[in-house]
Amino acid sequence: MAKVPVQFRLNGSDRAAFIDAADNLLMTLRRGLNEFAPKYGCGQGTCGVCTVLIDGEPQLSCLTLAVACEGRHVETASGMAEGPNLHPLQVAFMDNFAAQCGFCTPGMLMAARALLDRNPKPSREEVIEAIAGNICRCTGYEPIINAILAAAGAGDQKRA
Amino acid sequence: MPLDVRVATSMAEAAGILTADQRTKLLSGGTLMMRDVNEGRLLDGTLLRITDPAYRQMNTSGARIELGAGVTMAMVSNNRDLAFLHAAARSIGGPAIRQMATIGGNLFAQTPYGDFAVALLALDAQVMVQSGYGSARSMPLDEFLGARERGVSGLVAGVQFSKPQNAADFRFRKVSRVKPKGIAVMSIAAHLPNTGGRISQARVAYGAMAPTAVRARGVERALEGKALDAASIQAAKAAALEGTRPATDAIASEWYRREVLPVHLGRLLTGEGR
Ligand SMILES: Cc1cc2nc3c(=O)[nH]c(=O)nc-3n(C[C@H](O)[C@H](O)[C@H](O)COP(=O)(O)OP(=O)(O)OC[C@H]3O[C@@H](n4cnc5c(N)ncnc54)[C@H](O)[C@@H]3O)c2cc1C
Ligand code: FES
Ligand code: FES
Repeated sequence: MAKVPVQFRLNGSDRAAFIDAADNLLMTLRRGLNEFAPKYGCGQGTCGVCTVLIDGEPQLSCLTLAVACEGRHVETASGMAEGPNLHPLQVAFMDNFAAQCGFCTPGMLMAARALLDRNPKPSREEVIEAIAGNICRCTGYEPIINAILAAAGAGDQKRA
Repeated sequence: MPLDVRVATSMAEAAGILTADQRTKLLSGGTLMMRDVNEGRLLDGTLLRITDPAYRQMNTSGARIELGAGVTMAMVSNNRDLAFLHAAARSIGGPAIRQMATIGGNLFAQTPYGDFAVALLALDAQVMVQSGYGSARSMPLDEFLGARERGVSGLVAGVQFSKPQNAADFRFRKVSRVKPKGIAVMSIAAHLPNTGGRISQARVAYGAMAPTAVRARGVERALEGKALDAASIQAAKAAALEGTRPATDAIASEWYRREVLPVHLGRLLTGEGR
């Protein structure tokens, strides 16, 4: 079947690809656009490692039809740093040993960013709720929760 | 022929396409359907997307609430008029799933999924079903769920229900093994309108206790006309299992579901924590 075109913003740049009509966004990012931050974990919506932001909201790219993203803004962990400066969440993840094997990290970072963009001073419970759709097999979650709370605190200090 | 994708710009067009072509399936939020695509269970045919804004419309300010079938769990959770439904919407998946999962899809989700449908059943919701290009007809949700098992065709355009007069009269509880997000061992919703200290028109519904969400008619009868007190709650618990046909799945056995249902029903009715 003929390929169909899709165009959207990816981390601030306009990108286009030719894809099969029913391709999911994850495949389009990884195969069509060489954007490898979101990973293929389960393809079922259960692991969260493919989490991206679409127009600022967290969504699972494995369950999103790529053509439905036409004209929208897709953000991944690759777009978090500004030049050489890591995003405060990335720094906090390093400082708090929140990545061990690192497989879950791109999804965790996007879930955490979605939370902090909307709620800069979350409670511990709100952090736990925000990453409830993201599985980590290494850390036991505590370092990740601490990192997100630390990043929220760091944002505070910056403003002060 | 691989899977194709088609877009309907109006609800009528979508209903017409779905009724005319059995190989076309509506993709709402896609959280269930895209799993089938990814796992190769859905290899050909057409996925239909709806871009009509009416599909995602919410009318929540009046006494009669109307929600388009494309309204997501996140949209429900963010709407203050729907505070009584926040617990049900937030019980579904994690934040990313809730951004995508729609009410329409929840009415088709196989048990043990379908938690939002349980809440809607206790609200006596009407489902607007549109077949072909005609206008939508409304049917009670329990009738719809029965018809679903026999394979209804057409488009679910939305749901309608009366807002509970008092938010405290509506209760929802999902029992799951993993917190804060987990698949239901069961879910229970109850709408217990109270006139002069007595319950009238009690509606109680279960999820994961039968092949579809079901009304707990024995419980409703036990509570009708009574004050919500130790005696009526005891009678409700004694009638809890009437009409249930739970299954054994990866989450819980049929036996376990039956054993714990009266306990969780009791906690819902007394308003106790877990
Ligand atoms: C990780 C994960 C966790 C989940 N957790 C829960 C949970 O806790 N509780 C729960 O209830 N569910 C859960 N689900 C299941 C699912 O996300 C929800 O049930 C959701 O509401 C389904 O809606 P959807 O819009 O994504 O459906 P879709 O996948 O778009 O559609 C599902 C089916 O319904 C049909 N359909 C959808 N809308 C209409 C319509 N308007 N008219 C006619 N047919 C229609 C589709 O054709 C398809 O056959 C989970 C799913 C995942 C992947
Ligand atoms: S790959 Fe998308 S949730 Fe696991
Ligand atoms: S760091 Fe290995 S899965 Fe989370």
